[in-house]
Amino acid sequence: MPLKQVFTKEEIQRSLTRISHEIIEKNKGVKDIAIVGIRTRGYVLAERIVKEINELYGTRIDVGALDITLYRDDLSMISEQPVIHKTEIDFDIEGKNIILIDDVLYTGRTIRCAFDALIDFGRPKTIQLAVLIDRGHRELPIRADYVGKNIPTSQKELVQVKLAEIDGEDSVFIDEAKA
Amino acid sequence: MTKRKANWAHKDLLGLEYLSKEDMELLLDTADSFREILDRKIKKVPALRGKTVVNLFYEPSTRTRVSFEVAAKRLSADVINIATETSSVKKGETLNDTGKNIEALKADIIVVRHNCSGAAAMLARNVNISVVNAGDGWHEHPTQGLLDIFTLKKKFGRVEGLNVSIVGDIAHSRVARSNIWGLNKLGAKVTVCAPDILIPPGIDKMGVGVTDDIDRALKGADAVNVLRMQFERDDKDAFPKQLEYFKNFGITEERLKKAKRDIVVMHPGPINRGVEISSGVADGANSVILEQVTNGIAIRMAVLFWVSQATEKKKNENIN
Repeated sequence: MPLKQVFTKEEIQRSLTRISHEIIEKNKGVKDIAIVGIRTRGYVLAERIVKEINELYGTRIDVGALDITLYRDDLSMISEQPVIHKTEIDFDIEGKNIILIDDVLYTGRTIRCAFDALIDFGRPKTIQLAVLIDRGHRELPIRADYVGKNIPTSQKELVQVKLAEIDGEDSVFIDEAKA
Repeated sequence: MTKRKANWAHKDLLGLEYLSKEDMELLLDTADSFREILDRKIKKVPALRGKTVVNLFYEPSTRTRVSFEVAAKRLSADVINIATETSSVKKGETLNDTGKNIEALKADIIVVRHNCSGAAAMLARNVNISVVNAGDGWHEHPTQGLLDIFTLKKKFGRVEGLNVSIVGDIAHSRVARSNIWGLNKLGAKVTVCAPDILIPPGIDKMGVGVTDDIDRALKGADAVNVLRMQFERDDKDAFPKQLEYFKNFGITEERLKKAKRDIVVMHPGPINRGVEISSGVADGANSVILEQVTNGIAIRMAVLFWVSQATEKKKNENIN
């Protein structure tokens, strides 16, 4: 079965711009905001959103990268061995409004790990969640504050986010053949 | 960022001789990711939560034992230290029996230091849990070798093509052997330097240059790894005396003036000031001796993490 494109380059760009505005609106400005992306693609999106906000408001918002591998609850069950990337949060998250960013929100377990990982760095004032795609099928009581697009999927399908910085193009596909 | 899959299949870490270049690169990269955890306010991640690490040391050690203990704790493992002087070893229990008892106590990883070469390998054959060699006789001290290489990689951004001289008691040094195996596989050029009596016959077959001229060993070297003179092993009274050794082989500021300006000076510790290294050099700008200690934690975290992953993987394969 072929891949079905569900989100184009332009749509990705527009939704990131909208999310950037929504973040500012909800937080009533940029004060005490910091952005943290979940590696790998969440961090790429985080960098884009920070760039957008900085250009709009002439600010220099802190941006960090979070690797959640060591916090996974299935670390001993996964057959594929994970590569551990660096977590880079060079600023104090204490009292900040942290916007956590990932590409796809699915079961919610990654976000649960990210909460644990983040809180090991301190006590933020709030944690807000932004995702490019929400595909449903939550296994934990977690929801996103900012969503690029809701895409209803079946659990047999695979959602593939491609970003230019890593994959050479901006696009979101659904792989229907995934059994 | 390139996507690379990790592929680690070793239940144990017994020596760098038995690792591939890719294995070592995986450990170095993982250590680099772990290094940041040591600078956090809360220095802990849950990767080995629920695992038990037993430190089984048949030889005195502070640095290595504490480093393994800190590494295990940073990954949230439970740590038990067994000092053999106060254990059943004193009542005649063999290494294998001790190991099997530790396994029966449901520990997951044994970190072993022993005065016999091959002790860790023998233990690894006899237990199903992971064994990490923390130094076996004159054979290998793989985590020391790895942390030395990690320190070099952080300083120079690469290992390939570096000229590294190892100076001191090569004959009795497991640190030298692990360094030689590891550095050679990663493409560095190694020269060993010592008085004749401390150069083991056949060492050149390991692919290293050999000299007894300290100035030659320092000339052109990017790094010098200074080993401690192990006078406690000199039962035949054959070693040069301390002052004589310092005069002919000691790393001093004078000698470093003839070396590359930014030569990196390493030492696995404990250092004997005024014997193999002068205080000026040990505390000087070229010295990375204390960085090595910190880097050692990150390396041991990476080793504990991956041997544990290998055991988990095997368990899963048996279930499926």
